[in-house]
Amino acid sequence: MFGRLTIEAFQKSPIEMGAGLGMIIGTVLVIVALFYFKRWTWLWKEWITSLDPKKIGVMYLIAAVLMLLRGLADAIMMRAQQAMATGDTAGILTSDHFQQIFSAHGTIMIFFVAMGVMFAFFNLIVPAQIGARDVAFPFMNSVSFWLFAAGMILINVPLLIGEFSAAGWLAYPPLSGLEYSPGVGVDYWIWSLQIAGIGSLLSGVNFFVTIIKMRAPGMTMMKMPIFVWTVFGAVLLILAVFPILTATLSLLSLDRLIDTHFFTSSYGGNPMMYINLIWAWGHPEVYILVLPAFGIFSEVVATFSGKRLFGYKSMVVAIMAITVLSFTVWLHHFFTMGSGANVNAFFGIMTAVIAIPTGVKVFNWLFTMYKGRVRLTTPMLWFLGFVVTFTLGGVTGVLLSIPAIDFQLHNTLFLVAHFHNMIIGGVLFGFFAGFTYWWPKFTGFRLNERLGRYAFWCWLIGFLTAFVPLYALGFMGAVRRMDHYDTTMGWQQLFVVAGAGVAIICLGVFFQVLQVVVSIIQRKDNRVGSDPWDGRTLEWSLTSPPPEYNFAVIPTVTERDDFWEMKQRTREVRIEYQDITVPKNSGVGAFLGAILLLVGFGIVWHMWWLVVIGLIAAAVLLIVHLTNDDMERIIPAHEVARLEAAGAVS
Amino acid sequence: MKLKLKIGFVALLIAAVLAVFWSLIRGYSFDVLQSAGTIGDQQRNLIVFASLLSLVVIIPVFAMTFWITWKYRVGHKHPGAYKPVWASSKVAETIWWGVPILLICVISGVIWVSTHHLDPYRKLDSDKPALKVQVVALQWRWLFIYPEQGIASINYLPLPIDRPIDFEITSDAPMNSFWIPKLGGQIYAMSGMSTQLHLQAHTAGDFTGRSANISGDGFSDMVFTAHVTSQSDFDSWARTVASNEPPLTLSDYTQLAKPSHDRKTTTYKLEAKDLYDKVIMKYMMPADAGTMEHMHE
Repeated sequence: MFGRLTIEAFQKSPIEMGAGLGMIIGTVLVIVALFYFKRWTWLWKEWITSLDPKKIGVMYLIAAVLMLLRGLADAIMMRAQQAMATGDTAGILTSDHFQQIFSAHGTIMIFFVAMGVMFAFFNLIVPAQIGARDVAFPFMNSVSFWLFAAGMILINVPLLIGEFSAAGWLAYPPLSGLEYSPGVGVDYWIWSLQIAGIGSLLSGVNFFVTIIKMRAPGMTMMKMPIFVWTVFGAVLLILAVFPILTATLSLLSLDRLIDTHFFTSSYGGNPMMYINLIWAWGHPEVYILVLPAFGIFSEVVATFSGKRLFGYKSMVVAIMAITVLSFTVWLHHFFTMGSGANVNAFFGIMTAVIAIPTGVKVFNWLFTMYKGRVRLTTPMLWFLGFVVTFTLGGVTGVLLSIPAIDFQLHNTLFLVAHFHNMIIGGVLFGFFAGFTYWWPKFTGFRLNERLGRYAFWCWLIGFLTAFVPLYALGFMGAVRRMDHYDTTMGWQQLFVVAGAGVAIICLGVFFQVLQVVVSIIQRKDNRVGSDPWDGRTLEWSLTSPPPEYNFAVIPTVTERDDFWEMKQRTREVRIEYQDITVPKNSGVGAFLGAILLLVGFGIVWHMWWLVVIGLIAAAVLLIVHLTNDDMERIIPAHEVARLEAAGAVS
Repeated sequence: MKLKLKIGFVALLIAAVLAVFWSLIRGYSFDVLQSAGTIGDQQRNLIVFASLLSLVVIIPVFAMTFWITWKYRVGHKHPGAYKPVWASSKVAETIWWGVPILLICVISGVIWVSTHHLDPYRKLDSDKPALKVQVVALQWRWLFIYPEQGIASINYLPLPIDRPIDFEITSDAPMNSFWIPKLGGQIYAMSGMSTQLHLQAHTAGDFTGRSANISGDGFSDMVFTAHVTSQSDFDSWARTVASNEPPLTLSDYTQLAKPSHDRKTTTYKLEAKDLYDKVIMKYMMPADAGTMEHMHE
């Protein structure tokens, strides 16, 4: 009945117990609040069943922020452990628990924070920027989100039941194989990524079609906002590489479930194949995350410099060059596996080559500011912080791209510092800039500027304090993932400094939370109209927040930065409202997510009856839903006119 | 005046931070930068060269960022010209596509040459014969086999100075990475496979080596000492071990291969000369037949 689930799975260490209890208490509080304020119907009708990409985007954002806090808690524990555990001091964690924590930290930060925020921006911004009312496949969009949510819940279940993978965030075999990891940890890892990964692939399809087919009349590819171009690059990569991830995880799972030998050392299996496949997905994944961040910076810099983006064509060429080149560098993650010098040299050179289009983008941004009127608001501060950290990260990246150097720095804390430089300094700072920039569009009021500045400075200083010592530690020969080390190495002081850096980052996160809370409380004082920043692209022509259908009248685009041009010329627009068709709400996405969560849980614990029933239920649900033709409703023209009039007033 | 004060304050702060940082690292070894081996030296030189080369990018980018932000910010008393629609310049864009391309061409040349020259598989040029050492990563310790001397040791790696060392590396455990930062770069240790690494020490001393790739519970305990001594000291150590220490039998090996956090060092006389090959061959056949005892024939 319960497969291999026994009572031992619920016995946890005090730290996990605390985290698990916290999770349960939080959930219970939310449920109680929903009953107390009678908000269940609201939650169901306005959010869970909504197919409006703006609502789905907000839900992605909330989920990702929760996971950011979880990932941050993991980071704090890792820093605390490494600051303490030297010589005879064991620290606060056992080695197994420490290994589970860094595996969870990496997996959650990439799959559920970075990917989550990225999909939030896709949903919130892309339709509005291309003059569309919705994405191409609204129902599939809801399914994508709920699969993401199911994966997210499944990856947190080990805090309560069983254990998580201790094999690192990419779970290299043979360590992640049955022989060395017989428990449920790796299965939790595999199935939360499988479920969320299918959601990501569906999103990739959705936004690819949206960008190709749903642009407003007149918006040729070369008139698209640069953010949309970067999303286009990212979804091309998603379409190309997420199937590799799905296939690789399936093969690993078969090794674990039915004793196949794709990636074992014996029986003719080959772990090196896994490492190649996982990085054939994993390296493009880095660009999937960083391209949209580049897009956000492009929008932010142009807007706050009051100037057209410099070298639009160069930017497009650079984005597409990065998209293509990102397929040709994966082996640089394992020069040390012993490929020949020709192979290593090829991948090293390709890695260095990718620095060219990336560098071009930096110069284009700087020249966008040149001869502009630069307003140093928080989004611009994030951009300037990004230029500093990302350039440093780029330089350490070029060092690592030289195979002979990589042999000395691979898997050290130097490497850890490098990729945090790229992911925090590049991706996360970009997302924070975008968050502050687009917040007024979806709420109708601005975020508190002063608290935003505090948060920025804490993040920047905290980041440097946390990661510069790691560069030094790498040169001292400290490898990543150590749960303890000898006192004679002299590493402890630097680990303590790094821990202090994380504390400063936590202060930054505190200011960000405070910023949102304070801004919501003071929202009456910070109300803004549709165009608070003197924006350039179509989303700023919408009311804040935009109506469900975005555009009452689909705009006809004539220029790049069409909204800005429109403002210069006050084009005469004849408004004639028509009926608008929008998708009806559907709870099927949420049900599918819930079912697949149970299926994932069933596979992890070998409860095969649950898996079979769940898969049948999911198939039936999907078939029933897809054969239903009554999936749209119409907002009549007079209702649109009424909503528009009301929106214009507020 | 106020501005000068601010700048002075920031400069003082940076100086204080640097001083604190310096006091924290003073006296400790930067193994990668303070190399004791010929390969490590060349890798360090490359690090220095590439870092200096990258200043060609860092300095202009930082200077431009600071100057443009300063000059064109709203609130500057004498801001530069405002050209809101000026958005392309063939000359400027050619420069910032061209200069990075040239720079990367230089780096590509460096990569090509250095990757071949410092290929870990390449035998080192020397008038002295190379010493062969076979390395087996276990859960969680290192077994070093000296086939020419007929000896083996655990977590202890004596090496003669100024002589090329030919490492052959495998694993009877999850994948590890064999790394002695003071001597030069690492290479993966994988079961069923044999990788190679060629190093040479030019300074005597005790250098820490460790696994650089997560390999399970006791990964952090996979620390060993590379003990670099004169050729004569090495020879006498090897002779003593060969005559005095107990033999390493296959059943001893099976015991050693079992998971353990024990970090103690031991030395053995080598009984099965082909132990290393047997460890690899273990993974060449079905798991149930792959125990060492079956392979005794």
